[in-house]
Amino acid sequence: MSNIALDTITKRFKETVALDEVSLSVKDQEFFVLLGPTGAGKTTTLRVIAGLEKQDGGHVAFDGATVDTLQPADRDTAFVFQQYSLYPNMTVYDNLAFPLRSPLRRLPEATIRQRVTSAAEKLRISHLLERKTARLSGGEMQRVSIGRAIVRQPRVFLMDEPLSNLDAKLRESLRVELKHLQKTQGSTSIFVTHDQIEALTMADRIAVLNEGRIAQIGTPHDIYDRPANTFVAQLVGTPRINLLPATRLGTHLGVDKSPLDVPIPEGYMPERLLLGVRPEDIRLESNGQFTGTVALTEPLGVETILHITAGEQTLVSVVPGVAAYVLGGSVRFNLARERLHYFDLDGKRL
Amino acid sequence: MASITSPSQPGVNISTRVDKVGLRPRIAGMTRAIIAIIIAVIMLIPVMWMVLTAFKTRPEAVAVPPTFFPQEWSLEGFVSLMTDRRQLTQQEITEYSARTDLPWTDQIALLRGQVIIGTSQFPTQILNSLIIAGASTFFSVFFGLLAAYAFSRFDVPGKDDLLFFILSQRMLPAVVVTIPIFLMYREVGLHDTHFGMILLYTSFNLSFSVWLLKGFIDEIPREYEEAALVDGYTRLQAFRKIVLPQAITGIAATTVFALIFSWNEYAFALMLTSDTARTAPPSIPIRLGTGGIEWAAIAAGSFAFLIPVVIVTFALRRHLLRGVTFGAIRKG
Amino acid sequence: MATIDLKQVEKKFGESHAVKPLNLTIKDGEFVVLLGPSGCGKTTTLRMISGLEAVSNGNILLDGRDVTWLHPSQRDIAFVFQFFALYSHMSARENIAFPLQAQGEKRDQITARVREVSQMLKIEHLLEARPSSLSGGDQQRVALARALVRRPAAFLMDEPLGALDAEFRESMRAEIKQLHLRQHATTVYVTHDQIEAMAMGDRIVIMSNAVVQQVGTPQDVYHNPSNLFVARFIGSPGMNLIEGVYRAGFVQLPGGAQMNIPYGWNTALERSLSGDGKVVVGFRPEAVRVKDDGEIAASVYADDLHGGYSMLHLELANGTIVHGRVGRDANYPIGLAMRFDIAPDMIRFFHPKTEAAIQADGGAS
Repeated sequence: MSNIALDTITKRFKETVALDEVSLSVKDQEFFVLLGPTGAGKTTTLRVIAGLEKQDGGHVAFDGATVDTLQPADRDTAFVFQQYSLYPNMTVYDNLAFPLRSPLRRLPEATIRQRVTSAAEKLRISHLLERKTARLSGGEMQRVSIGRAIVRQPRVFLMDEPLSNLDAKLRESLRVELKHLQKTQGSTSIFVTHDQIEALTMADRIAVLNEGRIAQIGTPHDIYDRPANTFVAQLVGTPRINLLPATRLGTHLGVDKSPLDVPIPEGYMPERLLLGVRPEDIRLESNGQFTGTVALTEPLGVETILHITAGEQTLVSVVPGVAAYVLGGSVRFNLARERLHYFDLDGKRL
Repeated sequence: MASITSPSQPGVNISTRVDKVGLRPRIAGMTRAIIAIIIAVIMLIPVMWMVLTAFKTRPEAVAVPPTFFPQEWSLEGFVSLMTDRRQLTQQEITEYSARTDLPWTDQIALLRGQVIIGTSQFPTQILNSLIIAGASTFFSVFFGLLAAYAFSRFDVPGKDDLLFFILSQRMLPAVVVTIPIFLMYREVGLHDTHFGMILLYTSFNLSFSVWLLKGFIDEIPREYEEAALVDGYTRLQAFRKIVLPQAITGIAATTVFALIFSWNEYAFALMLTSDTARTAPPSIPIRLGTGGIEWAAIAAGSFAFLIPVVIVTFALRRHLLRGVTFGAIRKG
Repeated sequence: MATIDLKQVEKKFGESHAVKPLNLTIKDGEFVVLLGPSGCGKTTTLRMISGLEAVSNGNILLDGRDVTWLHPSQRDIAFVFQFFALYSHMSARENIAFPLQAQGEKRDQITARVREVSQMLKIEHLLEARPSSLSGGDQQRVALARALVRRPAAFLMDEPLGALDAEFRESMRAEIKQLHLRQHATTVYVTHDQIEAMAMGDRIVIMSNAVVQQVGTPQDVYHNPSNLFVARFIGSPGMNLIEGVYRAGFVQLPGGAQMNIPYGWNTALERSLSGDGKVVVGFRPEAVRVKDDGEIAASVYADDLHGGYSMLHLELANGTIVHGRVGRDANYPIGLAMRFDIAPDMIRFFHPKTEAAIQADGGAS
């Protein structure tokens, strides 16, 4: 069993408050992602869990027992760093064996060999065991880093943006592998990233952090379909969500400086608000309700991103396949009403 | 994301039009090598002069016009350096000249009308230099490493002030404090002791050593040790297994600099030592013989003095080149 | 504005090739992207065009003028770096004015021009700030302004969005493209991100291991990749590539499935393949059609939400992983056995040894 619980963790660095009463809990065997922009406090949170930083307030508990006083070595966590985690003077085998050779463990060489070879197989690096780490490619290095965590068979994996320094293609393939590995091994993992695709594709649950505070915790579907505020709404989803200022006009909500309007939904609606429309929820139809002009096209092959101007507002929409739209041409579109998001002017979900 | 897209050095600076491609880089390379060799030779001329003078006879060493290469190769200088002699009477000279069983050293001494009565202080002084410089280098690098690591990794209270204080010691010219230290040492009984000199040199080298080593250790990413900590190693073990191997370059560079300082130190050695602990630098220039200053002997002494440092530097040369610039440049 | 011609341009370091002999003509006003993984030679090529790197062989012509041995400052190009390369001790305004001052322009002309470009990039309110106090996106805008201010013959950009956070990358990408549409400046843009290349390029030059793999419009390289490398590299994820065996009329796939050969491919396959009939079948994720009676059997390896859609990862009988694009509400547990078809017009074939794409018979797309 390995539940991790953070209870109102606060951490200050000189003048700045890096973490402001952050609370969350990670279930056993869960793949939990901490998502947020640079400087949000995600790495600090991870380091507090590992014991590499001491918090100024609050408690960290593993399986119900507080571990605040335990040294990193005694917490039984494995940490995968973003870079600089492989010892350059050693072979891959020695790097993988290093954690197991620590005096804390005193494992016999036979056990070490067995664990190292099994981890190498899982990560498909068995052919690299005798090589010096300085001569590996970026992707291979990260595999070895992950392998070094796996051999430990720890209670929880802590990963700090391990894929961020890799090429886009490598990141894609390692992502899928990592997820599959985690699901088949059943290991509790806490994964830090600023890449929202990584968060959406890999997580069982996501905690979105912003400037040291939790903005929302939920499954990928929760975060994407019901963002708690504009920050979360803008953070996930490419292309980004369109946020349009709107005013209540009788029975409708009219988007400022544009001909767009939607009927008022159930529930409380203030005078002024922000209307959120995801690009895929703008449906281009020949009998569409609204008209706009094409300002920019970005053909991505599988889909095309269209920037449409309606009045003085520009909407970003995405259509499948190759779109035969001409710059400056006119288009008709509808807004998928059931998928609209409404936020007050402070950014909170209505 | 910094991706390495080409294994290259910055491009050749093109400023003129050239038709042939292969010729230009090669010519540039040769020209650079020739200029470097010329400069190196010019720099080394005084040293070569000194080494060659060590093998000249006394008169030739001071001859005017001076000769570069010895016309007559002789070991007179070395003999004079390493032995104590007394002047012989005319009669003794005749006696000794008749003998055929004189060792070669005595034969050389006889050329100047002298006989060897024993070994001079010089070997002892060189030994003192080796002990004192060696020990003080070791201690300053050892303690410097530990302090540098602490400054680099830990949140020491008043760290910036402490570091500045350590740096400021470097600004102090040694000569300024020779008298006070002389008085202190005499009071405490450290005057003319090996321990006293080692203590002094270590203290002076420590500031430089801490600063240089901290620069090197700062360059070693923290993540290496943190990974070891999380994996179950103590900080000391992490330091030994991970930081130390990567800091070897810095340690080599610091060792050489510390050694050169201690080895060449003159002012304190002159003031604070007399018989027991005297090192080589104060003694080499003062070679007064019956005929005045023994230049060949001085040259021989300098030559002998040069050798240990040259050996150490040569042995560490590969580490040095990287070490001299590496710690100083901060990556942005 | 100008055309750029690369004729047999080559770069060697000792015996190894960083760039093998390359021929490329960039039209006036075109936005050409050099795309490829780390170490493929794209940045070296860009640097040779700029003069920051000397060519080992070949010629570079700018608007017909041979600039192969000219100093970068004599080539009339502007370079935008990944890490901005702004002068940290000068304000944004001084940074932007710098190239003009270096050329000796008059002060009022410089002021006017600086105002013009900063309006274009919407950074007028930042002109007095120091670069270190600006966000990454704003710093890159200042760098772009500095490049624009001289009205050079061509812009060379080396992964300018690489150092920015994801949210800035999207908006800056659109901004750079819009800037290009307004200015019509000849631009050569280097990136390893194929999404950037597809979104921005008029043409894309894909490189790998010092060799050009394909040159074409985004549509060309996406729908008709010329070899396996391009097929894998373009698209996220890249094209699915599975091994099959060609028999008369159909292709045998892993797991025993038999796929009918779409119209227009039979003759080409008959002609191009050798006796053993081995062929590589390629199809993009959006070509996967999950059906109970589908031709190909697989089990679910992973399934993840991408936002507006989900990606289903399927494991075939021989262990190959295939990616399929499905609706966002799909929920498939790991290990579930299921079947799928491939949309016939989206199938591509490749020769397993040469890795080249097999061209369909005339008439088929």
